[in-house]
Amino acid sequence: MAKIELTRIPFIKNALKSRYPQLAVFIVMLIGYIFAILAGLIGTPVGSHNFSIVFVWIAWWAILILVAVPFFGRGWCAVCPIPLPGEWLQRGAVLSPPDKRPKWLNLRVPKMFRNIWLQNISFLLLALFSSVLLTTPNITGVVLATMLFAAIRLSTVFERRAFCRYLCPVGGFIGLYSQTAPIELRIKDKQVCVTCEGKPCYNGSQAGYGCPWDVFPGGLTKNTYCGLCMECIRTCPHDNIAVNLRPFSADLAKPSTRMDEAFKAFIMLGSAMIYAGILLGPWGILKDAAYNVGTDAWFTYVAAFLAIIFVALPGLFTVGILHTKNTLPLKQRFASLSTALIPLGLMFWVAFSLSFVLTNASYILTALSDPLGLGWNLFGTANATWQPMLTSMLAPAQTLALVGGLIWSARTAQKAAGEVKVSPIPVIVYCFIATCLMLWLLL
Amino acid sequence: MRFRISLLLFVMAGLVVAFAPLPVPAIAPQERTFQIDAHQFAYSPSELKVNEGDTVIIQLVSSDVVHGIYVDGYDISVEADPGQSAILTFVADKPGSFRFRCNVTCGAMHPFMIGKLTVGPNNWLYRSIGLAALAVLGVTVSRKQKV
Repeated sequence: MAKIELTRIPFIKNALKSRYPQLAVFIVMLIGYIFAILAGLIGTPVGSHNFSIVFVWIAWWAILILVAVPFFGRGWCAVCPIPLPGEWLQRGAVLSPPDKRPKWLNLRVPKMFRNIWLQNISFLLLALFSSVLLTTPNITGVVLATMLFAAIRLSTVFERRAFCRYLCPVGGFIGLYSQTAPIELRIKDKQVCVTCEGKPCYNGSQAGYGCPWDVFPGGLTKNTYCGLCMECIRTCPHDNIAVNLRPFSADLAKPSTRMDEAFKAFIMLGSAMIYAGILLGPWGILKDAAYNVGTDAWFTYVAAFLAIIFVALPGLFTVGILHTKNTLPLKQRFASLSTALIPLGLMFWVAFSLSFVLTNASYILTALSDPLGLGWNLFGTANATWQPMLTSMLAPAQTLALVGGLIWSARTAQKAAGEVKVSPIPVIVYCFIATCLMLWLLL
Repeated sequence: MRFRISLLLFVMAGLVVAFAPLPVPAIAPQERTFQIDAHQFAYSPSELKVNEGDTVIIQLVSSDVVHGIYVDGYDISVEADPGQSAILTFVADKPGSFRFRCNVTCGAMHPFMIGKLTVGPNNWLYRSIGLAALAVLGVTVSRKQKV
């Protein structure tokens, strides 16, 4: 399938170039985000009746993992409200660049942090407390507020969107999985970028800001670090930026060579499996351990969680590829071949989320009418009874997602193995075993 | 052409694995009674196994707050007050694996208070693993044919 340039359609191009449609969505999102913080802090402590839990962990999560990431990649980042207040402060403007910009520190993020290890750590931190976070409104409120203030603080110290690029726990995995999405932002003609003076897409101009994600669009080869903010479409004086529709997982044809990205794939794959076992499984002792933070059982859970993600999963993967005959260093083979885990991990999350979301979606109606749990009935749905949805379709849908993910990963493994000139069989066997384990956990 | 024929064969094999009827062991239906203790946020026992056609009697005893039990797929439920018990009776006429879960908000981890009922062998799991194996085989063979 060839690429289709969406920005050739005048309506789409104008909508992306103008700041107003994006601003309108931003404002709605920001209001929703602040309301989620307030609901978490002052609303009912009953999670299933609190807007913060229901709209963040059920509604938003469902949209993010089932629709936004698979089909729009970093589409969520394009409308995420978290960096907004900080960015407005940093720029001294809400819309176009002002004549005089405020003098913040505007530092470069130190080189040692210019990777996604901090995002890996921030995701794991949330993951280890997830049983409490997903069920306790005030903890969700505190975490959402912390993310907002961290983004503001980083915007006043560092240049561009340092929080999104290097710290956001959600942005890390969205970036990883955005490589599978059928949408991309790329330049049209490389030569135009080579000869372009001043590089306004990166450095900014009167027409717009330099890339908030610290990416030079002329060098973009994958979606991972492009936040689809559309700033470069506004600044490019040569109309050389395009948003394209493309085949799924086009970025994965060229495997990654970075260990931080490789471990992100393992973290996400392992977390989906652990969550499936703990949250959706029948083992009460595991739920107790994950929920009772600070107890001996919780520390055992933490140790097991980290051991699975950092030792067991990558260890077995390494053993599998150890004897693949090649002159490349093992580290490079490890990083490149782990690209195959990206589609599998995404589909593990889809399968896990289907169960979680379909079971709990009916809480959305209740929380919509009574978001704080104060006895309101705004839309007449406050007393809607809890009812799992489509439970008879769940198992076939999960099988479809997991087996589809396995096929996708096996094909990716073949391409990645072709690039580094090794056999894909060990990686395919690894993906097969992981899929069987996930099927056993979910079915 | 060879690739298309192989693809067709694999799709047909996949349909057989997914939907071919399996022999059902002839086991006379029985009455199976389970006493399940419900407490924040687990059932004990949390895994029930019965044969297809069995009459299942669940005596739900809640040992702390109000709990319930809702069986996915069967869409039936019962609730028990603290210290009280409640009975749920049904005929396990749908084979497969089903989650059962608390249907009364009982505390923070309520959405994850889950157990598992297996009626007969969990054939869908075995079929899914078969499909996964077939998928791997299909991808490997199709690659070799392209090469």
